[in-house]
Amino acid sequence: MTSPLDVRDLLEAPTAANGNGAAARATGGLDGTLSHAVLTGDVRRVAPLAPPRRTRDFGAQGVALLVGSAVSSFAVVWILFYQLTLLSGAFGFGLCWYACFLAVFWVVTNQVVDRSAATDRVITTVVGSCAAVVIGALLYIVIWVFIRGVAHFTIGFLWRTLADYQPAEGTSLFNQVGVGHAIVGTLEQVGLAAAMAVPLAFLTAVFLNEVGGFGTRFVRTIVTAMSGVPSIVAGVFIYAIFIVPHTLGYSGFAAAMALFVLMLPSVTRTTEEVLRVVPGGLREASLALGASEWRTVRQVVLPTARSGLVTAVVLGVAIAAGETAPLIFTAFGANTLNANVFHGPQGALPLVLYQNIFQAQAVVQQVAFTAAFVLLVLVLILFVVARLLGRRSTKKGRLRRIVVAPFHWVKQMVSE
Amino acid sequence: MKVFSRERSRPGEAPTAEVPTVAQPSTVATPIVQPAKLETYGVCAWFSGRLVLEMVSLTMEPNEVTALIGPSGCGKSTYLRILNRMHELVPGAQLAGRVELDGVDIYGGGLRATESRKHIGMVFQKPNPFPAMTIEENVLAGLKFSRIKLSSHDRRLLVEEMLTKAGLWNEVKERLNELGGSLSGGQQQRLCIARALAVRPRVLLMDEPCSALDPTSTNRIEETIREIAHEVTVIIVTHNMQQAQRVSDMCAFFLAAEGQPGHVVESGPTEMMFSNPTDPRTADYVHGRFG
Repeated sequence: MTSPLDVRDLLEAPTAANGNGAAARATGGLDGTLSHAVLTGDVRRVAPLAPPRRTRDFGAQGVALLVGSAVSSFAVVWILFYQLTLLSGAFGFGLCWYACFLAVFWVVTNQVVDRSAATDRVITTVVGSCAAVVIGALLYIVIWVFIRGVAHFTIGFLWRTLADYQPAEGTSLFNQVGVGHAIVGTLEQVGLAAAMAVPLAFLTAVFLNEVGGFGTRFVRTIVTAMSGVPSIVAGVFIYAIFIVPHTLGYSGFAAAMALFVLMLPSVTRTTEEVLRVVPGGLREASLALGASEWRTVRQVVLPTARSGLVTAVVLGVAIAAGETAPLIFTAFGANTLNANVFHGPQGALPLVLYQNIFQAQAVVQQVAFTAAFVLLVLVLILFVVARLLGRRSTKKGRLRRIVVAPFHWVKQMVSE
Repeated sequence: MKVFSRERSRPGEAPTAEVPTVAQPSTVATPIVQPAKLETYGVCAWFSGRLVLEMVSLTMEPNEVTALIGPSGCGKSTYLRILNRMHELVPGAQLAGRVELDGVDIYGGGLRATESRKHIGMVFQKPNPFPAMTIEENVLAGLKFSRIKLSSHDRRLLVEEMLTKAGLWNEVKERLNELGGSLSGGQQQRLCIARALAVRPRVLLMDEPCSALDPTSTNRIEETIREIAHEVTVIIVTHNMQQAQRVSDMCAFFLAAEGQPGHVVESGPTEMMFSNPTDPRTADYVHGRFG
């Protein structure tokens, strides 16, 4: 038990150290809390709180050191790089600057703070800048395509086709053309490929992970080997066995089969990984309730892994939606709408991109960029829907979210 | 007789188990069954050819709680899993002997593994509610697996009855549509008990049901065990001597020594096992001198 005197003594030390502001706070709290603190012997109640501190934060001083090191290393490297030596090039300069910056930052922090802080902050900076490079590259691609593509985007671009294609007309071209035929083609081809690949991939993954036994290793090897097949080879394969012998003509279905060959291993492998992390205890619990193995898979394992399964499907679909090489010899591409996926050449968004970006006229290239923008938005929408579908929640909540969410977005957009 | 893992017995070879039901009050949703007598004769178990359990013959009487005690690795969990055919799911597992549920061999022909598991439920060491299902769906999961359809009134009735039995109803009655994973560990385990009871098993196996729980939850589950003991034959594996004393009527002490697979050293009424055991090793174990 502490006497009142002891508590006062204890109070003195931190207030002296923390300066005037803290001292004022501490004496303010004295009259109200002292008696209680003396009774309980809880010194912490009266002692002023030290300002909260996050141990990993650099602090103002650390940020100053960071900025200072960056500036000084820039200056040093600029002199060395451009003035004293005959080197040139922005990339090399950036690389040298970064290396020099890390060295200076470590040395300075080592001087001002201590060795462990210096190492910690340099590593933190390296990790942070790696993340920044990756995120930056991604944002750059997305923003660049948006800016290049959105300029000539009109809502009619979504349903017009390239049938009346007169590049000589300049930018007024964009009142006549569109990629409606390609959107239809991409949706049909990818949808058909997914409809074939996803059930088979799920069953294969269930076989590999839940059934096991004879043949597992063989199947897994095949799946691994299949995922290494270059996409253009998948296209050539379909071309050689269906189109060359005139079993099938150029068609969306042929393209869907090529995409199926590419999607199957990717979805199977992701699904298998996802099923592997479903706790074995859930399978046991289900079997112990008298469920058959098939029911266990269908009603316990797959629903538990739902968000992962949705990710697996979306990943497969997103990759397939962007594939160009397998479509060249299969869907072939068309400038008019062909909604029949089983007959005749069919357009696809990546093909529009591929076939127009090489053209000399800027306006034709612009068609390609706008098509790229549409493709990106299509994949983005897919991702958003998948995230909403994949979240773990009750069936009712999920339905409510998917039905209600779009209205919220519209409301927000209108109010803005 | 050595039954190999995953062997499916063919239906129609032997008489199937007749489930006696008792007069049913109008307030319950599904027929109430009577607890069953479970007997084993010379049960042995192998993992990948290594004998881990040797000649276990025990009788678990209805209306009694049987505790299986013994140090780790002595085969009591294996024995428990043999009782509802969960043992055969482990790759490389084999077994021999007979397990009779009211005189019907559950490993004999005529009774499928899934069928015998419906009669002999199980609660596991780690609480494992189905995370993709709500609390209510978790309770009704067994019926869903067996494709038993109930009216919504009966479903509500059954959910309330089972959650009340598991001592969980008052805590969750307002949130039956939340996911099972939103409960605390102790509540999850009671939900698992409710889920196991909802298919109206005649025997309930519990594999260290309280080892992952705090004393309060443990206490609550022990109360539950005492309450359900007259409706279902309870067999519980426990490492906790006090728990065995508190909840069980009968007790079996398992032990594995070097060069000797797990076997039953002694079995009998719990009181006698703890106060006056015949085997010195039992006395040592129950008094905490080893294990």
